[in-house]
Amino acid sequence: MDAASGAAVAPAVGSEQARTDRRDFLRMVTGAGAAIGAGAIAWPFIDYMNPSEDVIAAGAAIDVDLSKVEPGQQITILWRGRPILVVNRTKAALETLQEPGLVGRLADPASTVHQQPPYAQNWHRSIKPEFAVLVGICTHLGCLPKYLPTPDPTTPEANWPGGYFCPCHGSKYDLAGRVYKSVPAPYNLPVPPYRFSGDQKLRIGENPPGATFDLASVVQM
Amino acid sequence: MAGLHKSEFTNPVIRWVDTRMPVFTMMQKEYGSFPTPRNFNYFWNFGALAMVNLMIMIITGIFLAMNYAPNTAMAFDSVQRIMRDVNYGWLLRYVHQNGASMFFIVVYIHIFRGLYYGSYKYPRELLWMIGVVLLILMMATAFMGYVLPWGQMSYWGATVITNLFSAFPIVGDPIVTWLWGGFSVDNPTLNRFFSLHYLLPFVLVGVTFLHVVALHITGSNNPLGIDVKSPQDTLPFHPYYTIKDSVGICVYLMVFAALVFFAPNFLGDPNNFIPANPLQTPADIVPEWYFLPFYAILRSVPNKLGGVCMMFGSLLVLFVLPWLDTSKVRSARFRPLYRPFIFVLVVSVVILGMVGAHRPEGIWVVLGRVCTAYYFLHFLVLLPIIGKFERPLPLPESISKPVLGGGGGPLPAGAAAKPMEKA
Repeated sequence: MDAASGAAVAPAVGSEQARTDRRDFLRMVTGAGAAIGAGAIAWPFIDYMNPSEDVIAAGAAIDVDLSKVEPGQQITILWRGRPILVVNRTKAALETLQEPGLVGRLADPASTVHQQPPYAQNWHRSIKPEFAVLVGICTHLGCLPKYLPTPDPTTPEANWPGGYFCPCHGSKYDLAGRVYKSVPAPYNLPVPPYRFSGDQKLRIGENPPGATFDLASVVQM
Repeated sequence: MAGLHKSEFTNPVIRWVDTRMPVFTMMQKEYGSFPTPRNFNYFWNFGALAMVNLMIMIITGIFLAMNYAPNTAMAFDSVQRIMRDVNYGWLLRYVHQNGASMFFIVVYIHIFRGLYYGSYKYPRELLWMIGVVLLILMMATAFMGYVLPWGQMSYWGATVITNLFSAFPIVGDPIVTWLWGGFSVDNPTLNRFFSLHYLLPFVLVGVTFLHVVALHITGSNNPLGIDVKSPQDTLPFHPYYTIKDSVGICVYLMVFAALVFFAPNFLGDPNNFIPANPLQTPADIVPEWYFLPFYAILRSVPNKLGGVCMMFGSLLVLFVLPWLDTSKVRSARFRPLYRPFIFVLVVSVVILGMVGAHRPEGIWVVLGRVCTAYYFLHFLVLLPIIGKFERPLPLPESISKPVLGGGGGPLPAGAAAKPMEKA
């Protein structure tokens, strides 16, 4: 009896310490296990709200036949729930885009802000100069800008060279979707990923071979 | 400081909230230090399990509703879309579908616990009756939920069950038309079933709250069925029963997971993989397993109105159970005459379940009638009579005596206090 109790007393301080450490360790392991378990349970619920397979499939690339688009005409295609504007720009319109008079009125004429794939970062913001492909959503608050391609001396502003005008808050863009200075919209209209699958065939939602661009990566949709 | 609650919490944030809204004090009182009989066995896990199950059903259900379309033209396809296209949709749906079965397993064991240990007796009659309300609400919820996938068994199950009400004279047919919102089970029926299937679980939460309120006034029953007489008879709910419940929850989740991951359709009916077709009745209309005993009672009576009344009666009789049982002794452990009959009741309910799964032919008709008769005989005749003639075994003096031994008197104060000081 005495020997046993004596043996128990001697390492008491050390074993008390050891017991506390063991307790803390067990508590941490239990806590970590609970956290991992909670995460494992939460993940299916979180992922459940992400786009489902059919929604992703419905957002796949779509083909557009450009042979029916007359010079000066704009067509609108709904891709992933967004209006994609495809314009066959006239020679005159393309010349206008390069005029210093217009360029001086633009906020970001060289498209330095990441609002387009690298292959559309040029003065016409497109692969082929004549065909503009733009997401037709104003970068201010999401309204749809009107297509006003005809030059006009007064409307919507003096010496209008043709472009886009947002009816909600008066933002203005040129025919390459470049935003004007001193309007509410801060950025150029986004350009979606696209490529030409034939001379007159456009595929929206797919980059040209070698390019990687995700529409979600733009600064402002 | 008039009106502020005197909080015992030291954490400043908890204390600030608790003095203004003493929810922490309440939780501490009801789930922390709540005095609970020290002799619980694992049957006392099933209330907590039912609560966990209800939470699982509500959470998975809310998510399923995000992708479900309550329209006859889209319901079946939307469920298939959840199974195939929606991320983890298969998991959430199988958890919800098998969760219904798990819920009934848990609740039926919970009810058996109440029957065996006399938890329905004074002073817990109201607690028991609220429990019966919960059971009926749960059955209604499960029935309407089963209609939503709009398979063949959904449709024909809904048709058969709603037509039960047509058995009542005069008011029957108008009631059925009112339930349907049309001339048959159709889109209006599906719409309202979805609406109610979403609503009723929250009603269940509210009634469960009342169930717990009533429980925490009377305190829990225990396997001996005798009253708590001193603090020696109890343990604080936390950590003793939070841990014991956790063990049960682990086992429950293992069974649940086995069902979901290895046999998700084991308890389902293959007919529900066929879209609802109002022009073709499946060869056998069978409800989900948890309704089979009641379905068997319905079919055992060779009269439409009689069958319906007996089926509803088999649930309603539970409301008056506290007054049908004339014995003052709660636990069947001390009731030698009553004890065998509770097992006969269980066996006859199981047989009724088997009867419900078979066509009403040959031996199944006889078995169904015998067991239906016994079910009502048990509650309406045996329970009142046995209590009068039975000689119960001697009850223990207290809960703590068989556990702590000795003369049953309070322990020396130091014996219990010492370990607490060290901790």
